[in-house]
Amino acid sequence: MSWRRFFRRADWDRERSAEIESYVQIETDENVARGMALADARAAARRKFGNATVVREEIYHMNTIAFLDTLARDARYALRALRRNPTFTTVAVLTLAVGIGANTAVFSVVNSVLLNPLRYPKPEQLVVLHQDAPGAAGLASFSKGLPLSTSMYFTYTEQNRSFQAMGVWTGNMANVTGSAEPEQVRVTVVSDGLLETLDVPPAAGRWLSHADQTPHGPERVMLSYDYWQRHFGGVPSTIGRNLIVDSRPREIVGVMPRGFRIADTAFDLLVPFQFDRNKAILAGFGLQGIARLKRGVTIAKANADMARLIPIWMNSWTNGPGTTGEDYKTWRITPALHSLRQEVVGGVTDVLWIVMATIGLVMLVACANVTSLLLVRGEVRQSELALRSALGAGRGRIVGSLLIESTALALTSGVLGAVLASAGVRVLQAIGPANLPRLTEISIDSRTLGFTLVLSVLSGLLLGLIPAWKYSRGRIATVLRSAGRTASLSRERHRVRDLLVIAQVAMALVLLVSAGLMIRTFQALRTIDPGFTESEHLQTIRINIPNSLVGDRDRVIRIENGIIDKLSAIPGVAAAGFASEMPMEGYPSGWDEIFAEGHTYPPGQIPPLFFFNYVSPGFFHAAGTRLVAGRELTWSEVYNRRRVVLLSENLARELWGTPAAAVGKHIRELSTEPWSEVIGVVQNVREKGVDQNPPETVYWSLDNPYIGVIRTATFVIRSHRAGTESFLNEVRHAVWSVNANLPVASPRTMQTVYDESLTRTSFTLVMLAIAGSMALLLGIIGIYGVISYAVSQRRREIGIRLALGAEQGALRGMFVRHALLLSAIGLTLGMMASVTLTGLMKSLLFGISPLDPLTYAVVPLVLVAATVLASYLPARRAAAVDPVEALRAE
Amino acid sequence: MIYGSILNRMPRRESPLNSEMLLGTLDMLVLQTLVLGPAHGHTIAHAIERGSEDVLQIEHGSLYPALHRLEDRGWIASFWGTSENNRKAKYYRLTPAGRKQLTAQTARWEQVVRAIGRILKPATE
Repeated sequence: MSWRRFFRRADWDRERSAEIESYVQIETDENVARGMALADARAAARRKFGNATVVREEIYHMNTIAFLDTLARDARYALRALRRNPTFTTVAVLTLAVGIGANTAVFSVVNSVLLNPLRYPKPEQLVVLHQDAPGAAGLASFSKGLPLSTSMYFTYTEQNRSFQAMGVWTGNMANVTGSAEPEQVRVTVVSDGLLETLDVPPAAGRWLSHADQTPHGPERVMLSYDYWQRHFGGVPSTIGRNLIVDSRPREIVGVMPRGFRIADTAFDLLVPFQFDRNKAILAGFGLQGIARLKRGVTIAKANADMARLIPIWMNSWTNGPGTTGEDYKTWRITPALHSLRQEVVGGVTDVLWIVMATIGLVMLVACANVTSLLLVRGEVRQSELALRSALGAGRGRIVGSLLIESTALALTSGVLGAVLASAGVRVLQAIGPANLPRLTEISIDSRTLGFTLVLSVLSGLLLGLIPAWKYSRGRIATVLRSAGRTASLSRERHRVRDLLVIAQVAMALVLLVSAGLMIRTFQALRTIDPGFTESEHLQTIRINIPNSLVGDRDRVIRIENGIIDKLSAIPGVAAAGFASEMPMEGYPSGWDEIFAEGHTYPPGQIPPLFFFNYVSPGFFHAAGTRLVAGRELTWSEVYNRRRVVLLSENLARELWGTPAAAVGKHIRELSTEPWSEVIGVVQNVREKGVDQNPPETVYWSLDNPYIGVIRTATFVIRSHRAGTESFLNEVRHAVWSVNANLPVASPRTMQTVYDESLTRTSFTLVMLAIAGSMALLLGIIGIYGVISYAVSQRRREIGIRLALGAEQGALRGMFVRHALLLSAIGLTLGMMASVTLTGLMKSLLFGISPLDPLTYAVVPLVLVAATVLASYLPARRAAAVDPVEALRAE
Repeated sequence: MIYGSILNRMPRRESPLNSEMLLGTLDMLVLQTLVLGPAHGHTIAHAIERGSEDVLQIEHGSLYPALHRLEDRGWIASFWGTSENNRKAKYYRLTPAGRKQLTAQTARWEQVVRAIGRILKPATE
């Protein structure tokens, strides 16, 4: 036999029939020639031939794969059976499709984010050069660790034995001018070795080279693919042209391919560091390091190698005359390398797995419901199945056909589910956390579709298993005898459906408790004072005044002062100010060593590190940050370079006990420099996010002894018109009226910034809430189904009871009590599961315990109420049974 | 539908020439018949019957599965034509592969016959 014949066997059969007919005709002709009558001749010819049907069948079977044939026939039968019950099929298919769709959508995210997050060759070799410094006070409370300094980069890259290549990078902003409007762009500054480490070839031109890093050498730049497309239309002749970055021309040498990022940081331009080795000092910790491990080197080995290099680094460099690296011993700098993958997806792993598990539970609840439906259908089809087995259908054959039927159901749902999932992915992209890497690139790929297929087939088999197991056992006699009579059903028949309802209630409870905990977390976060007020009325913009545009310090201050004045003059503006960074913006933070007046520091010991920010006069008033003691800066203090400073409340308390005591005291960054006077203390600000403790913060005036005046800042404008396009236009023109070459970047309201800092929580909340409501709805349908089925099966019994004088209320109570019993068992099991499972989401909770009493009290009440509702409706029907009719129906 | 599947489960009647040993023999006889030239099923059936001087009485229908099998193996090929008395009929002809097969089978058959002959009539040798 061959496949070709298998599929064409109907044609073949027709041809054989023609051939057989031809034999019979020829034989008949010959018989007639011998003198027989036509009818006899034909009969004789048939006899001579033998049983034509058997011959045809034999040939047909030669062309058949018996198993496939059965399968095809059962599948056809299953589809026909499903078509005959449109209500059942619609409900079942929709239930499953929603489950499969939700799972597919979430899987597509997990697939691209967790399973396949890095698009570099051999990504498993890439590590992040993370280091801890538990002895560096202040820094220790934040998770980002100690960044690298330039001198560390030189020591590590020159003397390591573990890496094929390594490099450092940092993010920045720059102004691009020369085209119609000045534009602020995202720049990533990279060292020699970084592109070699990531090993992704350029889409056009060449990489930045070692020569491009020479101090005072020619200035070069690479473009991102998007920037190349947007500004140069992607033409190859872009290479070699100049781009004016921060008022200086840079030669474009290459373009990186589409979607290329450094770790998870996207950029517009890639420019090289131009480190001057002779000027490098120990300090200046602001660089992120990435390395590619040599073959066979483990992270542990590389850590040991790095630990060897830290003393070498301390002995090779200084912070200027009279200082040594020995001072850093108290920081206890320890290498803690981890994989780049962990760095990129670390923050969202918990969230995604929890969401995936949650959605998986919903799928189970949906399956329980459909199984329940299949069981009801199985009851109805008992006599059909019994008849089939009485007529000789084997048990295997019946189990097979039931499984095929449920699989056909699940596959149909799978197709619909894939369609739903592609819509679901859009929704996920809209509500997904901002730190979900490459959220916009998520799509339904072949792996996701494979997942959908496997999920559909598995759920199909799971669904069919229980009915198949229950109804394949030949109880032919029982069933046929009772055919047509609705005898009260055995308890055993109900037990499976009762168990399903219990499981549903238990799973719904787990999901609702999780959702409840997230709602409570969200509430707790909303009550936290972030350190600014009425965020929807706070418009922020980012402005950078490059050295190349305005060199003189006083002119920079005058421009910044001018911008504040112009902004304040816009109608409807209450106040304006600026800071080098607004809370929760997520720019790389700075840390300062702080010497405080009245405190003694042992010689040779580095004082504690504190978070710092630079603020303009009037900034706190504009942002709504409360002054606890003292006053804000004034412009005259800025112009006169007065050394004055503000502190956060927690820092003031740590240094001098009370905010009031801090005012008038002094701090400084180096023991050799003059003191700065503390003129004010402000409330604690949640700089790193609502759910992170507020750091102890120093607010400097606008001068920095090392980098000069503050040139990049976030301006904040308080106005009821914040966020509107017309307002933004006026803001832009106000800025341009001071200097027309200044781009106005990143216009946002603080509300947006605030919401983004909560996306991880709100995303989890929304997903769990969706999952919880789906489970609740399915649970209600499940209970409703079980009770109304019980009512319909027990009509006769109810009729008898009513005829004997049972109260209607008592009858209703009987059914509601049954539902409540099931639900109570489910709730108990669900409670036990929740106590264990919600411990897993501890990292997502804020301000409440995983055993939050309110959540644990309310959720079961909701479920009990739902149970009563879902069972009362069918129970009422039971009480409305007309006894005469119910008994006559027999 | 139920009845359809039941029917399918009924044991099929064994056709007379279905037994293993005779299958090869029938194949050989069909191939031998076709050495003389293309023929249709009716001719082949009668040729076998007559050629064996009516010793081999077969139901002519059982020939057709054999023809199908031989064609499937590529030993014979078929085409539709017109019979001597102007009936449409399906003709079979021997393919080169079939000719080779016939030679091989005949040789083996003769070997077997000689061997059996020696066993049955050892005395006369």
